[in-house]
Amino acid sequence: MDTHPVYAPPPVIEPGHTFGTVTEQITGIVLTRRHPYSWFFGVFVGFMGTMMLLMAITWLLVKGTGIWGVNIPIGWGFAIINFVWWIGIGHAGTLISAILLLLKQDWRTSINRFAEAMTLFAVVCAGIFPLIHTGRPWLAAYWLVPYPNTMGVWPQFRSPLIWDIFAVSTYLTVSLMFWYVGLIPDLATLRDRAKNIYIRRLFGILALGWRGAARHWERYEEAYLLLAGLSTPLVLSVHTVVSFDFTIGIIPGWHSTIFPPYFVAGAIYAGFAMVLTLAVPLRVLYHLEDFLTLRHLENMGKVMLLTGLIVAYGYVFEAFFGWYSSNTYEQFMIYNRMFGPYWPFYWSLILCNIVMPQFLWRKSIRTSPAMLFFIAMFVNVGMWLERFEIVVTSLHRDFLPSSWGMYWPTRWDLMTFFGTIALFTMLFFLFIRVLPMISIFEMRTMVPAAKVKGAKAH
Amino acid sequence: MDHTTPASALYGVMAEFEDPTSLVEAARRTYNEGYRRFDAYSPYPIHEVFEAMHIRDKRVSLVVLIGGLTGMFTGLGLQVWVSAIAYPLNIGGRPFLSWPMFIPVTFELTILFGAFAAVFGMLGMNGLPMPYHPVFNVERFTAHASQDRFFLAIESTDDKFDRTGTRAFLLSLGAKDINDVEE
Repeated sequence: MDTHPVYAPPPVIEPGHTFGTVTEQITGIVLTRRHPYSWFFGVFVGFMGTMMLLMAITWLLVKGTGIWGVNIPIGWGFAIINFVWWIGIGHAGTLISAILLLLKQDWRTSINRFAEAMTLFAVVCAGIFPLIHTGRPWLAAYWLVPYPNTMGVWPQFRSPLIWDIFAVSTYLTVSLMFWYVGLIPDLATLRDRAKNIYIRRLFGILALGWRGAARHWERYEEAYLLLAGLSTPLVLSVHTVVSFDFTIGIIPGWHSTIFPPYFVAGAIYAGFAMVLTLAVPLRVLYHLEDFLTLRHLENMGKVMLLTGLIVAYGYVFEAFFGWYSSNTYEQFMIYNRMFGPYWPFYWSLILCNIVMPQFLWRKSIRTSPAMLFFIAMFVNVGMWLERFEIVVTSLHRDFLPSSWGMYWPTRWDLMTFFGTIALFTMLFFLFIRVLPMISIFEMRTMVPAAKVKGAKAH
Repeated sequence: MDHTTPASALYGVMAEFEDPTSLVEAARRTYNEGYRRFDAYSPYPIHEVFEAMHIRDKRVSLVVLIGGLTGMFTGLGLQVWVSAIAYPLNIGGRPFLSWPMFIPVTFELTILFGAFAAVFGMLGMNGLPMPYHPVFNVERFTAHASQDRFFLAIESTDDKFDRTGTRAFLLSLGAKDINDVEE
C-alpha cells in the first residue's frame, strides 16, 4: 500500500479484474456444489444453538418469566440488554449502505451487501426479545399494535415502548427492501449463469425479469438514492428511540439528554466491530482479498476509532454530569457503578471500549486483519457490557436502600442470549451460501474497464 | 417508412457492443438519428448512457414525496384520533393532543411509506415483475447482458424503424453483432 502516493487512495479492487472475473468469482461461491468444511461446521454449530434458543423460549412460554433472573427492583434484565445490543449491531449495515452511499465513499461497495444482511439478521435477533420479554407474547398484539379490537382499547402513543415498535418494525421493513432492491440485478446475473433449471427458475422469479435496460437503471438509481436518503435519518432515529426507553424514565443513570447521540455512536461502534468480525474470516475463507482489501479493513478500523472516541466522550460526560448535578442519587449512581458490587463490569467496559481501540491509532495495527479482529472482539464484548451497566447498575440501587437488590442471569437467560448469537451465525452462513455476499453489479463499476472514455469523472 | 406487418412478429433489432464507451456513443447517435423507442442494456448503470438517451424520470421522486406525506398524515391522524377521540385518557388534566409525543411515530411512518413508494413506485414504473420479455429470445443477450456485454435494441414500433435500414444503421455504429429480436 505504501507505493501509492498519499493523495490517491488505493483502488477498492485489486488490479487485473474484468467484468467477467468479478462476476465469476462472486457468483462462483453461490453456484457451486463444493463448499469449505468450515461452512458446514458453522451451520451445524448455529443450528444446534438455535435449537437451544427454541428450547429456552418454549420453557419460558410454559413457565413464565420466573425462570429468568429478573425480579424487583431489577425488572429489566437480559431481554432489554440483548435487544439494545443487537439493534445497535444492525446500525452499521445501514450506515455503510446508506450514509456512505450519500457521502460517495465508493469503498462501501465491497461490504454493503453482507453488512445489510448482518443488519437484517441482527434486527431479527433483537426483535425476539421484546416479543418474548413478558413470557406471554400473544398479549403483545393489543398492547403494542393499534388495531380495532373488541375491547375498544388502544395503545398509549405517549409511551416510548410504542415508539420502539414503530421504529424497529419500520427499520426491519426498510432494511429488507433496501437489501432486496440492491439484490435484483445480481439475482438476474445468477439467473443467467445458473446451469440447473430449477435454480435458474428460482433466481428468475426473484429477479422479477430484470433486464438491465437503461430506462430501468435510471429509475432504479433514483429510487436507490432516495431509499438511502430515507434510511439515513431512519437509522439515527432508531437508536434514538431505543434510548428514549431509558431517558423517559426518572431512574438515576437513565434520565439524561446525552443518551440519544451516545446510543447512536455506540450502535455504529458495535456494528462496525461486528462487520469486522465477519469480514476478516470471510475474506480468507472465500479468497476475497481482491475485493475486501486492506483499505476496507483500515477504513472500518478508522470508523471504529472515531465512534469509540464519541462513546468515550459519552462515558466521561455521564460521570461528569452525575457529579455536577449535585443530586445525591445521580452522584451515588456513578460512584456505585464504578466502585459498587458491579465494579468489574464497569472497568472491563472501560478496558474493552476505551483502552483497546486506542491501538487503532497505529497504521500497522489498522492494516493487520488479525489485530483488527482481536480489537473488534473486545468491542463486541464491551458494547454488551455497556448495555448491562446501563440497565442493571441504574436499577439495582436507585432511591431507597431498603429496596436495593442484585441481579444475576439464570441459565435460561444465558441460553436465550447465546441462542440468538447462534441463530445469527446460522442465518449468516445460509446467506453466504445462497446469495452473492458482495454486490456484483456495483463491483463492476469499480473495474477499470467500466470507465467511459472521454467522459468527465463523476 | 414501412408500416406493413412482417411475417413473424418482430420486436426489434439488437446490436451488441464490447465496451461501455461504444454503447454510450451508439446511444447518442441513435437518439440523434431520431429514434425514440429504443433502449440500452448494460450489466451496471452507466450515467453517460442516461444523458445520451435524454432519460430523467422525475416521477420517482414525486412518488416518494407523495408516499412520505401520506405516511406523515397517516401517523399523525392515527395518533390524534386514538388519543383524543377514540380512547381519550384523562391523566391529571393533561392535554389529549400532546403533539410533541406524537412525533416519533409520525416520523417513522413517513419514512416507511416513503420507502414503500420508492420501491414499489420504481418497480411499477419499470413494469416489473415481468416474467417474459422478447429481448431474452436473443441467445447472446441471455448469456452476456447481465454479465459483461452491452446491448442496444431499437424497437419495431418506432416510427423510423425499417427492418433493413435500421440494421444497416446499427452496423454503422460499430456493433460487434446484430440480431433480430423475435416477439
